Amino acid sequence: MRNIRIIRDVELGLKNLLLHKLRSLLTTLGVVFGVASVIAMLAVGEGASQEALEQIRRLGSNVIILNSEKPTEEATAAQRDTFMSVYGLLYDDEARIRETFEAVRRTVPARIMRQEARVGARRMDLRVVGTTPDWFSLVDRPVLAGRVLKERDMGAAAPVGVLSEAAARRLLGAEHAVGQQVRVGAHVFEVIGILQSEGGVGSDQRLDTDADIYIPIHVFRERWGEIIVQRRTGARSVELVELHQIIVEVNDIEDVEPTATAIRAMLERFHPSEDYAIDVPLALLRQAEATKRTFNIVLGSIAGISLLVGGIGIMNIMLASVTERTREIGIRRAIGARRRQIVSQFLVETVVLSSLGGLIGIAIGMGIPRLITAFAGMPTVVTTFSLILAAGISMSIGIIFGLYPAVRAANLDPIVALRRE
Amino acid sequence: MAHPQPDKRNVVIQLENVRRTYQMGSVQVHALAGVTVTFEAGDFWAIMGASGSGKSTMLNLLGCLDRPTSGLYLFEGQDVSLKDDDGLSEIRLQRIGFIFQSFNLIPQLTVRENIELPLYYQGQPTEDSARRAEELAERVGLADRLHHRPAELSGGQQQRVAIARALANDPGILLADEPTGNLDSQTSGQIMAFLQELNQQGLTVIMVTHEADIAAHATSRLHMRDGLIDNVERVAHA
Repeated sequence: MRNIRIIRDVELGLKNLLLHKLRSLLTTLGVVFGVASVIAMLAVGEGASQEALEQIRRLGSNVIILNSEKPTEEATAAQRDTFMSVYGLLYDDEARIRETFEAVRRTVPARIMRQEARVGARRMDLRVVGTTPDWFSLVDRPVLAGRVLKERDMGAAAPVGVLSEAAARRLLGAEHAVGQQVRVGAHVFEVIGILQSEGGVGSDQRLDTDADIYIPIHVFRERWGEIIVQRRTGARSVELVELHQIIVEVNDIEDVEPTATAIRAMLERFHPSEDYAIDVPLALLRQAEATKRTFNIVLGSIAGISLLVGGIGIMNIMLASVTERTREIGIRRAIGARRRQIVSQFLVETVVLSSLGGLIGIAIGMGIPRLITAFAGMPTVVTTFSLILAAGISMSIGIIFGLYPAVRAANLDPIVALRRE
Repeated sequence: MAHPQPDKRNVVIQLENVRRTYQMGSVQVHALAGVTVTFEAGDFWAIMGASGSGKSTMLNLLGCLDRPTSGLYLFEGQDVSLKDDDGLSEIRLQRIGFIFQSFNLIPQLTVRENIELPLYYQGQPTEDSARRAEELAERVGLADRLHHRPAELSGGQQQRVAIARALANDPGILLADEPTGNLDSQTSGQIMAFLQELNQQGLTVIMVTHEADIAAHATSRLHMRDGLIDNVERVAHA
C-alpha cells in the first residue's frame, strides 16, 4: 500500500512538474551542472591514477630508472672540434650506487643503440640492449621460447641474444626461432630466447619495445667499443656514452624516494652538467595523486557551488509552488490527508525534480570526460561508483532542499488554505 | 419502544457549551460564545446567519478542521477536543464529506482522480477506488465525464463532482458550505434537489447558507447571531 502511494506520488509529482516544463528544466540546471562536474572530476582523477598504476605495473614500484641524456648546452669547444659528444652515466656510477646505498638490492646497466638486423633478405631496425641477466628479473616479461640471458653467458665469448616477439616474427617468420642466426650490424648472434614485449614503441615510460635484442653487455662492448657512431638520414653523430641506462632496484617501496634523492645528490658531484635523468615510477603515482587533488578541488568547488545554488533554486521554486497550490493543500487536508502525506507529496515531487536534473547531469557528465580526453589528452575513466554517487547526490539535494517547503505546506492551517483564492 | 428515550446511537453530533475564541492582536474575538446543540442521523440542517454570526466557525468545528477553545464536542461519540491533528484528519477521512461554494476540485486532476482522492488517502486498492469512482460519477449523472478536467465542466457539473467526492468515503455527515453560492438559480435548484434526495436516502446533511430560499430545502434551520444560537426551527421527521 505504501509502495502504491509512493508510485502515485511520483506520478503526481511528474504531472505537476510537466505542467511547467521550462520552469522545471531551468530549476534543475544547478543540479545538472553540479552532478556533471562531480562525474567529470571523478573521471579525471580516476584516469590519472589508473594511468599511473599502469605505469607502475609496467616499470615496477620499487625501481629508480636513470637515463643518459644529452645536455642541452652541450657544445663545449673540445667536443665541437672532435665532433663527438661525451656525456651520460658511467660504469663507475653504477658501481658507486651499488656499493654506497644499503637500500639498493641490485643495479642493472644497459648500453643501447640502434642497428640494422638482417636474416637473409629480411631486415629491420633493432634496438640493441647490452645488459646483464638481472634485466630480466626487473623487466619481467613472459618467455615465449628458449631462455633469457644467464650468468654463464656473461663470461662466454659466444655471441647470444634474446629477441622480442615482434622482432622474431618479422626477422625469422614462422621458422623455429631459437637457435637461428641474426646479423646485427656487422656481427652475428645466435637467438637463444623469445620474449613477449609490452607492445608499442620506445618511450620514457616503458623499458622494453617490440623491436629489441638483448645481448650480454661485455659482448656489446667488445663488438662496438665505447664510441657509438649513428648514421641517420645523412647526418652522422658520434657519441661516447658509457651506459645509457641504469635500473636501480631498492629493497622496499619506502626506500624509493630517499634513495632517488641520495642518488641525485651523489651524481651531482660527478656530473657537472646534467647529462642524466632520474625517473621514479612511484613519483608518477604521487604526481597523479596531485593532479587528482587539483581536479578534485577545482571541480569539487564548482560542483559544490552548483549543487548549493541548484538546491536553493529548487527550494525557491518549491516554496513558490506551495504558495501557488495553497488551496490544493487545503482541499487535500479537508478531505483527510495527514500532514505526513502532504510532506511526502511535496518531498517526492522535489526529489523527482532533482533526480531528473541528476539524470541530465549524468548524461552530460559522461560526455565531458570524452571531451577532456579528446582535447586535453588526459586519460579519464567514468566509474560506476561515480554514477551511483551522482544519483545519490541529486536525490539527497531533493530531500534536503525539499524538506522545508514540504513541511511548510503540511503546516498550513487547512481553514486558511481553503479560503485562499 | 413506546416511549423513545433520546437514542445515543442516533446522535451524530453533540455540542455542549462550545466556545471558539480567536486572538486578533490584543482583542479576543468570541466566534462561538457557548453553543449547545445536537444533530441526529438523517437530519437536514441549514445553519443561517449574517456574516460574522459564527456560522463559518461552526462549520469548521463540525467538520473537524478546528477544535473548540472550550466545551464538549462529541462526533459519533468521540471527543474531538482530545484529538491531535492526525486524529482530526482521520475523522475527516473516514466520516466527513465536504462540499464548498467554489467546488474546490483539484484542477490538474481528472474527474475520476478527484472523486478517488479520499479513497487514495484511505489507502484503498486502485481497482476498488476506480470502480467506486465510476459508481459515484454515475450517481451524480457524470459517468461520461470521468476523464475531463474540472475546467472543462460547468459549475453545476463541478459541484456534482464535488458531491461525488464527498460521498466517496461513505460519510456520517455531509457538510455543505454555501453549496449554491456560485450557481445560477436553475442549477441551484437541481443541486438542492439532489441534496434532498441524498438526505431522503438517509444521509445526514448540514449546510451553511445565508439565503432563505436555499435554507427552505432543509428540514431544520438553525439561526445564529453573535456566536450564539438565536433560534431553532425544527421540523419533525416525516
